Amino acid sequence: MKKKNTVLLSTPYGLWILGFTVIPLLMILYYGLTGRDGALTFENIVLIATEENLKALWLSIRLSLLSTLLCLVIAYPLAMILRNTKFQSNRFMVMLFIMPMWMNSLLRIIAWQNILERKGVLNTLLELLHLPALNIINTPAAIVLGMVYDFLPFMILPLYNTLVKIDENVINAAHDLGANNFYTFTKIIFPLSIPGVISGITMVFVPSLTTFVISDILGGSKVLLIGNIIEQQFQKLNNWHSGSGLSLVLMIFVLISMALVGKYDKGERSAGVW
Amino acid sequence: MIDNKLIELVNITKRYGGSTVIDDLNLYIRENEFLTLLGPSGCGKTTTLRIIGGFESPDEGKVLFDGKDITKLPPNERQLNTVFQKYALFTHMTIADNIAFGLKIKKKSKQYIKDKIKYALKLVNLDGYENRMPDSLSGGQQQRIAIARAIVNEPKVLLLDEPLGALDLKLRQDMQYELIRLKNELGITFVYVTHDQEEALTMSDTIMVMNQGYIQQIGSPEDIYNEPENAFVADFIGESNILSATMVKDRLVNILGVNFICVDEGFGQDTPVDVVIRPEDIDLVDPKDGYLTGRVTSLIFKGVHYEMEVMAGGFEWLVHSTDMAPVGTEVGIRVDPFDIQIMHKPASEDEAAPVQEPESW
Amino acid sequence: MVNFRRFLQKFYLGLVFLFLYAPILVLIVLSFNSSKSRSKWGGFTTKWYSSMFANDTIMLALKDTLLIAVLSAFLATVLGTVAAIAINHMRKVPRTIMLGITNIPMLNAEIVTGISLMLLFLALDFNLGFFTVLLSHIAFNVPYVILSVMPKLAQTNQSTYEAALDLGATPLRAFFSIVLPDIFPGVISGFLLAFTLSLDDFVITHFTRGATVNTLSTLIYSETRKGIKPEMYALSTLLFGGVLVLLVLVNRLGKKSESKDGRKF
Repeated sequence: MKKKNTVLLSTPYGLWILGFTVIPLLMILYYGLTGRDGALTFENIVLIATEENLKALWLSIRLSLLSTLLCLVIAYPLAMILRNTKFQSNRFMVMLFIMPMWMNSLLRIIAWQNILERKGVLNTLLELLHLPALNIINTPAAIVLGMVYDFLPFMILPLYNTLVKIDENVINAAHDLGANNFYTFTKIIFPLSIPGVISGITMVFVPSLTTFVISDILGGSKVLLIGNIIEQQFQKLNNWHSGSGLSLVLMIFVLISMALVGKYDKGERSAGVW
Repeated sequence: MIDNKLIELVNITKRYGGSTVIDDLNLYIRENEFLTLLGPSGCGKTTTLRIIGGFESPDEGKVLFDGKDITKLPPNERQLNTVFQKYALFTHMTIADNIAFGLKIKKKSKQYIKDKIKYALKLVNLDGYENRMPDSLSGGQQQRIAIARAIVNEPKVLLLDEPLGALDLKLRQDMQYELIRLKNELGITFVYVTHDQEEALTMSDTIMVMNQGYIQQIGSPEDIYNEPENAFVADFIGESNILSATMVKDRLVNILGVNFICVDEGFGQDTPVDVVIRPEDIDLVDPKDGYLTGRVTSLIFKGVHYEMEVMAGGFEWLVHSTDMAPVGTEVGIRVDPFDIQIMHKPASEDEAAPVQEPESW
Repeated sequence: MVNFRRFLQKFYLGLVFLFLYAPILVLIVLSFNSSKSRSKWGGFTTKWYSSMFANDTIMLALKDTLLIAVLSAFLATVLGTVAAIAINHMRKVPRTIMLGITNIPMLNAEIVTGISLMLLFLALDFNLGFFTVLLSHIAFNVPYVILSVMPKLAQTNQSTYEAALDLGATPLRAFFSIVLPDIFPGVISGFLLAFTLSLDDFVITHFTRGATVNTLSTLIYSETRKGIKPEMYALSTLLFGGVLVLLVLVNRLGKKSESKDGRKF
């Protein structure tokens, strides 16, 4: 009876993920490995090796690594401060750092365009202060800034969540046994926060690696990332096969990065990110 | 026992927000003593321990260690170690790494550390657990590791914050004996926090009963149990009959309209007092021999003794006895003079906990 | 010394805060700018707040955005809650497989998810439009609902459900009167999460919308080159302000119920 119920309950969702997760991915695999004539080919995969595409992929990897690192460096002290300080409502303080996500993300990136433009807000301010102008719009630097901006909350949240879970007495115990603040941090606090670091890294790295919106808006059309290349294959060139082939390559990179990161994750998927 | 004050708390006051958790507390702890801070939750006992450990700093007053002022010294520079509530083991490290933590900081040699781990694990009866992870251990085992982790550092004082609180009854009793054994083997001072009066009576050399930030009484377990200084202590330590009474004159107290002979003096004449009589100190006798007569209203078999309630003189007396009297039996109540404990009445309802200085022992 | 450290900490929080809110400030300022140019200040005006209601394109996009967000969040919540319960009852191996597949849309690149769904719809000869966008949003929302509900299910005491059956309730009744109230916080947070994700989504909508339907995100994207209509700034400011008010209210309520438990923080 019970077993029958479980089967009955799981059927709709089973069919759903078959139809909307598994089959769509198989379609990418199919298109990626066939040509317009339907014959099996690796042409679409090999397409990644062209100079332009390889350059875009390499740039994507570098920029997303950099933005992930920056997010970690900015978010860790922030999460520590939020953990250690008693505000009137800590939950509300954390909310304040997450709230920007409720303004349309495209608009916020566009606002950065406004700020960073040659005659934009930032340069107007710099001019008022008699400082040299900063021209980073349409450069990789602007893209990294956009990535850090857009994905920083995804780093803050899991970090904060693992850090608040560390029992204050565990930290006290380390002090009690003679550890100073630095030693306590390196031997106790940081190792215990690894699950949060890991989910933060995946939550920032993958979207950074695969974005085409941020590079589109803040990079002009001058800087192409792998996401832009794939998007163009579908929306401009209408070439599903080559687009799927490049998507497969991108997926492989996502998988590799997750496997690398997962090696340090001891099977603890912190589900309670929200 | 050497009469040497190892730790001294002088005029300690601690406030959180608007409320005073500890109010002008004075206390000294002698070398090699097993001192228990006993009291209900929120009485300030854990805060007192944390002030000694250095995890809280007092708003007023000083902490002296071996005569030196350590009030401002951070915990990592104090010569004492703590066993925390719920153990606070480092879950990402093996048992060996947990125990070695303090020794590595002190830059001890590898061989020394190895020997120490082995010795400590043997001491807490967990030989061979070096490479296990804390999560794979039971609560009782984790507790022993927490103790081992603290004692390898050879502290002069071990602070224990309700260390047995999370264990079940049987394990708790076993651990009580273990702790006494450990203390005797190590010869160090234990400061122990608990809300469990039985635990306190079993293990301590000295018990300090606290309530609402004040010391209620300090003394040996026997003193605390047999001669509670006020109604709070009497009520908190063991079961008791607490009655309002009048001290007629020295050695004579009027309880429920009947004069009882007692051994206390110096309360003056016709002074209202509180009287404590332990349930096991009440003798049930033939009605014609009793000071008071009454009727048994309930009877429960408790294993070691019977627990009875006797309605006499308008008061429900709790009586423990190995002899039983069925419900409805007419009985007489007798109490020996030295089993009647007379206490001053608190000045008012709010001051049910007057300041008691430690000079009382 | 301690005070200096406190000051540094506050300063750091303020700095990150500024970084996160600077663009929002810019958008709010632009929504009151009477000049259509986004780089010149032409004086204060509230005209965009009234003219946005007359802008059919924006209003239609707003309507579709909200409709898709509500519908997809609701359907994803129903599907996800049922799925979570089923998964919770599964044996280890099928459970691992189900959860593994569930995780894919969350971990995979959005662009790949969008493309894969587009390929599916085109292969099935669906006309890309409102319906395909709705289906896609349900697809990427369901995992988040499951993720929110599963932990609550794990905390639920199985014997309360059995007690309800024992007392004569039908399984369905036992579910609605016993299990659902228990996991309701998880269901609600799953719904809210799905709603906000759907509201803000661009990439997946971009690939599955065809040319017939626009959400606010896709409308904004198509306007990036030509220049964003100031009405859009006004609308976003209003939406953001709405969320802000909602959050403060929720926080107030949360505080009240917290203090009822006697907790201080």
